[in-house]
Amino acid sequence: MKKIALFAALFLAASFAFYACDKEITENLTTLNQLTPANQDLNAKNWKPVVLLTPDEVALAAPTAANSAEYTQEVADTKNAVNNATAAQKEAIAYWSAGSVLRWNEILRELVAKHNLAPAPNADNTYSFPDANNPFNYPTFPFANPPYSARAYAYAAVAQYDALVAAWHYKNLYNRASAYNTDASIAALVPKNALPGYPNEDAVAAGAAFVILRNLFPGDTTFINEKVAEAANYKKWAGAAVSSDISAGLTLGKAVANKVLNRAKADKMRFAIGSATIWDSLTQSAVIRGETPWISLDSPKRPPMLPLFGQVRPWLFAATDIAVVRPAAPPSTKSAEFQAQLADVKRQCDPNDREKMRIVHYWADGTGTYTPPGHWNYFAAELVYKAQQSEVRAARTFALLGMSLMDAGITCWDTKYFYMVPRPTQVDPDIKTLTGVPNFPAYTSGHSTFSWAAATILAHIFPADAANLSKQAEEASISRVYGGIHYPMDCDAGKFSGQKIGGFAVTRAQTDGAE
Amino acid sequence: MKQLLTLLLLSGMFLHASAQSLTDGVFMDKKFLCVGVQYNHDAWEEYWEGDLLRKNGNIGTVSTQSAAIMANYGIFNRLNVIAMLPVVWTEASAGTLTGQRGLQDLTLALKYKAYETAVLGGKFSAQVVAGASLPTTNYVADYLPLSIGLHSKTLFGRGILHYIGEKHLTFLLSGTYIARSNVDIDRTSYYTTQQIYSTEVEMPNAAQFAFRGGYYSFRWGAELLAEHNATLGGFDIRRQDMPFLSNNMDATRVGAQAFYRLPFLADLQVIGTVMQTVQGRNVGKSLTWSAGVTKFFGFAKKQ
Repeated sequence: MKKIALFAALFLAASFAFYACDKEITENLTTLNQLTPANQDLNAKNWKPVVLLTPDEVALAAPTAANSAEYTQEVADTKNAVNNATAAQKEAIAYWSAGSVLRWNEILRELVAKHNLAPAPNADNTYSFPDANNPFNYPTFPFANPPYSARAYAYAAVAQYDALVAAWHYKNLYNRASAYNTDASIAALVPKNALPGYPNEDAVAAGAAFVILRNLFPGDTTFINEKVAEAANYKKWAGAAVSSDISAGLTLGKAVANKVLNRAKADKMRFAIGSATIWDSLTQSAVIRGETPWISLDSPKRPPMLPLFGQVRPWLFAATDIAVVRPAAPPSTKSAEFQAQLADVKRQCDPNDREKMRIVHYWADGTGTYTPPGHWNYFAAELVYKAQQSEVRAARTFALLGMSLMDAGITCWDTKYFYMVPRPTQVDPDIKTLTGVPNFPAYTSGHSTFSWAAATILAHIFPADAANLSKQAEEASISRVYGGIHYPMDCDAGKFSGQKIGGFAVTRAQTDGAE
Repeated sequence: MKQLLTLLLLSGMFLHASAQSLTDGVFMDKKFLCVGVQYNHDAWEEYWEGDLLRKNGNIGTVSTQSAAIMANYGIFNRLNVIAMLPVVWTEASAGTLTGQRGLQDLTLALKYKAYETAVLGGKFSAQVVAGASLPTTNYVADYLPLSIGLHSKTLFGRGILHYIGEKHLTFLLSGTYIARSNVDIDRTSYYTTQQIYSTEVEMPNAAQFAFRGGYYSFRWGAELLAEHNATLGGFDIRRQDMPFLSNNMDATRVGAQAFYRLPFLADLQVIGTVMQTVQGRNVGKSLTWSAGVTKFFGFAKKQ
């Protein structure tokens, strides 16, 4: 009896020990050191931009002379700003000084996760589409699904990369010192370096983000504006930049980003949703070939996700070369080979295998997440931070990754709707899945294509991590078979396309002047 | 009365004994042991997405069943120790998602009668329950609504005011505070009202208020139940999003419970409960019923 009481008391005490009184969560990659690149990449003025033809395509007026009264006053204002920096401003400095490009990528991932929700069905079992002109009306704009977000990551990064290459051109050309180098008595709140201050690189990145993010997430302009105001001005509060460095940076960043946005407006994304006629013709094309066409497994049935995303203009290859990256036809749904694939899914999908469940859920990146392209941007952010890449080199990394991911999406979506292969559960309803079934055809796997494209370009930029990146891509791919939503052939073919696209990005990286 | 009891049993009014000895006002005498098994069935087709009541064709009706073993031992007349362990299995009637099954959380608690006095020919008592629950397996929590539990370690404290009158009329009021530990999930990032980069999920604590009242005698009893469960924090499921562990889950439930001790089976107790969720937030509008049998070991009879 006493033993029981003792045992009960011990159990309670042990529970107290297990119970964490402090519930605050320590997040990864959020509280970071200030960026201190070993190399500021001053020669980035010679790097090849993506959309701009030359780094000076957008003109930027010369700054006022270093000995002018106007500049002297600006430096004094900056010194004053440092001395009077508020707690909120110091918090902004702590946040942004880890790297503007890094932080903008993080903010974009958050916006994607916020908007990665499919529209709920209407009462009459139809679905409405989000409308960019009425972003607050339900369904709110955008539905940041994987293709949408892959494109968002690409344009945001390319705009920042081109704008920073242009900025590095003018930094070299005008060679105006940073405020703390002009006046050594400024007690700078960021690490000092010799990078010329005009235009300010953080304002350039903020200006580019302002244009692209407000276009992609028109319902979040208030949030974006707040971030832009912080990001653009924090180097003044920290003693590095004067007001004209910042205004020139914002002007240049916005002007370059508007050129990138013009490409976006003409890249055929606006046709990607298709129409009822087109959806039907895709189904018919499979029927004519004698195949079982993919149908939506959502209830009520949902129109296919962005069936014409495969026709969006790619970055790394000509749209007319899509057949080069499109994998060979899958086996017929009527073939023994297809049945073998189906049997393999059944064999590998096991809801009682805890380790497989972990892999499925770790990689699912489904509803309400930053999507698989976001997962690879997150990996890239870790690598960029660890390497302490300069702002312009970080932008290049995200641009190469972003273009690879968007082209992976284009290729994968082209393949999916070209072959219209049904999901395993459509063919065999006995296959229960460990994660949600995405609303598009199976062949090829988006996870596999995205992951191999990303792993290939990142392995080139970070060769020491190559083995781990391949391992991650392999696991991302197989997670979809474990989940019961993809055939092994979807992953193999996705790897084929992904590696090809990643290879195009590597070729670009080898010739853009940065290596 | 027997007719009423038969009717109750026939209409599926079986119990929810799960927490019965944790929530009722009844004590085991010193050196008496009560062991029970209980089956629980919970199902809902409609659920609250935030405060929007809706159905979802991709899951249909979600059912959660469990079978629990429980034990209650009288260390002293005024101090009982209670243990419970369920196995849980889930299923969705529509869509493609697979159900889950497994051993869930072990609950262990001490129940103490702090004060007792005679009032109006009956007995009024004030009681406290202090307990804890710990997950017994590494089940997947981040798979709502089909996970078998939340995988949080909890500590709870409950205050009970109990009255049983001369003519077997009884009522009870209780209030419970549940401290919940954070939970580790398989993902390295997730979105609540913002993006979080961690495998750890901050779990808000929870509270419960309950009322029960009716008839209680040695041979049989029947009571009406009402309870309100509240999560003290958390966030709403967004439109068309999946539910998440740290949602602000609230539920108001009403129901009834009845038991009978079978004289021809050495007073084996059969007990049944039914509860309906009438109002909620980020939970299913569920109908729950349970049935259990309880056996007493000892030389004296309970109560």
